[in-house]
Amino acid sequence: MTIRVAMTVNGTEYAREVEPRLLLIHYIRDELGLTGSHWGCDTSNCGSCVVWLDAKPVKSCTLLAAMADGHAVRTVEGLERDGRLDPVQQGFIECHGLQCGFCTPGMMMTARWLLDHHPDPDEAEIREAISGQICRCTGYENIVRSIRWAAEHAAEHPGEST
Amino acid sequence: MTPGFGRMLRKEDQRFIRGQGLFVDDVRLPGMLHGAVLRSPHAHARILAIDTLAAEAHPKVRAVITGETLRERNMAWMPTLSGDRQAVLATDKVRFQGQEVAFVVAEDRYSARDALEMIDVDYEPLPAVIDARHALDPGAPLIRDDLPGCTSNHIFDWESGDAARTEAVFADAEVTITQDMLYPRVHPAPLETCGAVAQYDKVSGKLTIWETTQAPHAHRTLYAMVSGLPEHKIRVISPDIGGGFGNKVPIYPGYVCAVVGSIITGQPVKWMEDRSENLMSTCFARDFHMHGELAASRDGKIRAVRVTVLADHGAFNGTAQPSKYPAGFFGVFTGSYDLEAAHCRVTGTYTNKAPGGVAYSCSFRVTEAVYLVERLVDMLAYELEADPAELRMRNLLRPEQFPYTCQTGWTYDSGDYPRTLRMALEIAGYDDLKKEQLAERAAGHLMGIGVSFFTEAVGAGPRKHMDILGLGMADGVELRIHPTGTAVLRISVQTQGQGHETTFAQIVAEELGLSPDDVEVVHGDTDQTPFGLGTYGSRSTPVSGAATAIVARKVRERARIVASAMLEVNAADLEWERGRWFVRGDPDSGRTIAEIALAAHSDLELPDGVEGHLDASCVYNPPNLTYPCGAYICVVDVDPGTGKVSVRRFIAVDDCGVRINPMIVEGQVHRGLADGIGMALMESIAFDVEGNCLGGSFMDYLLPTSLECPAWELGETVTPSPHHPIGAKGVGESATVGSPPAVVNAVIDALRPYGVRHADMPLTPAQVWRAIQGRPLRTDLAIS
Repeated sequence: MTIRVAMTVNGTEYAREVEPRLLLIHYIRDELGLTGSHWGCDTSNCGSCVVWLDAKPVKSCTLLAAMADGHAVRTVEGLERDGRLDPVQQGFIECHGLQCGFCTPGMMMTARWLLDHHPDPDEAEIREAISGQICRCTGYENIVRSIRWAAEHAAEHPGEST
Repeated sequence: MTPGFGRMLRKEDQRFIRGQGLFVDDVRLPGMLHGAVLRSPHAHARILAIDTLAAEAHPKVRAVITGETLRERNMAWMPTLSGDRQAVLATDKVRFQGQEVAFVVAEDRYSARDALEMIDVDYEPLPAVIDARHALDPGAPLIRDDLPGCTSNHIFDWESGDAARTEAVFADAEVTITQDMLYPRVHPAPLETCGAVAQYDKVSGKLTIWETTQAPHAHRTLYAMVSGLPEHKIRVISPDIGGGFGNKVPIYPGYVCAVVGSIITGQPVKWMEDRSENLMSTCFARDFHMHGELAASRDGKIRAVRVTVLADHGAFNGTAQPSKYPAGFFGVFTGSYDLEAAHCRVTGTYTNKAPGGVAYSCSFRVTEAVYLVERLVDMLAYELEADPAELRMRNLLRPEQFPYTCQTGWTYDSGDYPRTLRMALEIAGYDDLKKEQLAERAAGHLMGIGVSFFTEAVGAGPRKHMDILGLGMADGVELRIHPTGTAVLRISVQTQGQGHETTFAQIVAEELGLSPDDVEVVHGDTDQTPFGLGTYGSRSTPVSGAATAIVARKVRERARIVASAMLEVNAADLEWERGRWFVRGDPDSGRTIAEIALAAHSDLELPDGVEGHLDASCVYNPPNLTYPCGAYICVVDVDPGTGKVSVRRFIAVDDCGVRINPMIVEGQVHRGLADGIGMALMESIAFDVEGNCLGGSFMDYLLPTSLECPAWELGETVTPSPHHPIGAKGVGESATVGSPPAVVNAVIDALRPYGVRHADMPLTPAQVWRAIQGRPLRTDLAIS
């Protein structure tokens, strides 16, 4: 049995006939070929799979694709706009906020959400915001710095969100 | 941009921040099928029968592979990296929970999983060996009855140092310290799990495998040995790797099954394990039961260290380490101190647990060694009521003692240990911290300050002593200079996030005066790169980095000859300054590498016997290991009501020799410090008495998040390695090695008002609370 699941991803409309049990992360990765979002743990602990569902970060490994039917999804591939990097992306480069790059897309999606709602977060607020995600490479400090960099350079990089 | 060494943003970041990395699970090939592994629910059981008929009848299933299928191809067993053998799919018994029993190939990953449920395995459960301390008891269940002549669970005995001399020192020592310590079983848990895509082309006979591997060349050779396919028809591609930390050194049964699945179906087969499979079945780390002793004089001179170890290796001896070192480099348990004698004895044993043991950024078990000696030194300070930092300062090796051969025969290359420790104490404001602690204690607060000093041994290694399965640990490199003066460097080592595309370009840039942006680094493809043993044990910079500097110098010398022909002078009259050769005394006469490269490809007449072009290759056989060091200080607060530990500050001063890219070095140190907090406070792969793994998901296997980690405070000293071409030592594992004892020492220090001398990791709230309450501590947290 399959069902039709349609959604907007990074502004583009998609529709696919899929199994009702298909997870959103697999819909995004395997059906749409957007492999920037990663699958890491199955249990909502690691956050490699974080995408936006209607402008809110969610863990797409524990959502069914069907639950996103009719909704808008944004992934790491949707951060760059018109060839301009989002300040969060530039911040991760400038501050060495990534090493293996596996958690990075999820971290950046959470960071973008944070800055949209709290444009000038302090260190504690940043740590709280990313505390539901795991990075095994950076010890977090350079991720914190990357997000601070993005906050401080918002004007120079008006990538901006939704 | 300044060519060469220094802070430089990473080249590889451009693809990752756009979501355009290529990890194994991102590989999609036309007609690709998906595999899934059926795993044992039992720790130890005989397989009576496997019924696969229902699974085979599933409309989307293409193949069901069992141990019998593999036996027909002589592939039911494969060699481990320690010369043991491991079942690819079990034929006789299962020997740990999560062991591979069958493999389904289906049209999609969900159907493959569905079909696993349709396989009926008839098991006869057997008594299991879970507690390593009873694995060698008479009458213990025999795990490896598959091995001819095997009558016990004993794997090896290994010793190092001088037992008699050590006993003599202990016999007349004024003070001795004795402590049993467990370094619990932990797991590297890279965020990307392990997996492979295998594509066998029947027409060409070529097998291509995309794999999560830290050692693509070693894997290719092993596949040739296992499969019987000729090695030149095997291509291993290691694309972007989502963290490794040693977890991705071995070959796993799932990889082999994907290969067999592709051969059988004629289509590409992808296999990606899930998180539980990763935690339950792949290479764990540590699981060292240590009985440590330290001898000292009453005035605080450390004289000798002695240790006996029981090493739990799981069901197959699958450790990945140099063959002649069954306990890895644990022999450097002599630490950073000038001892009169030292001795260790390590016994390895099988248990009904997943195989592994050497992983998690451990530098071939230097982690265990450093933890042992740094805990013992703190206990000595406790016993003597001495300051732990002062006690270390008094006993550290002095700069003039290098090169220093320790009591177990390792020759430390260089270091200025007192300077490194002093810097850490200064950054910490140690004296003020001590005063603050007194005030906190007076107010009833539990504040702890923990110090550790480590000596690492990395960069394996000299071929004469170090090999894996007979493959010497030397690494090749090739450097090609294009006519227009840009370069391609081909390396054997494999980044898992360490930034090789940047740092190796910087080495070439430093040596030749090119821009790092003009140097492309090719890695992770055995068809495109020279042979080498890969990246683990912090060996990339010490071994392959040295090879890169040397090959660049070869190119430079070749360029000198070409320049001499261009300038019509004797090569001996040329002088080098970064980027160009010029005639001595005439600085305006120079030729840049780019100019020389074009000439080397032209019709320029070269001296007899000189080939054209500038390309060169090299194989580097390290003359010795390199020995990074560091001084770490951790400050914690303990909640007496709950036992919860909060890390307030962490100061880390690392000396890893010359730093190619300080930004990347600091990032690697950050990572290892987080590891230390995780292992000391949270992480443990525990089992129940029946061998059920209790750490099989991230809900049970806890990793540090941004809230457990403080803002790191780093410092550096630079003592170049005298035998490394650029003086670099490697740093990838330093902080993982050095930080756990600093955290534990801090917690125990915080608990001093309660008279607590030791508690095993992980120092979870429950364990700390027991210590505060004076209740019995768990002595084997690996068994719940």
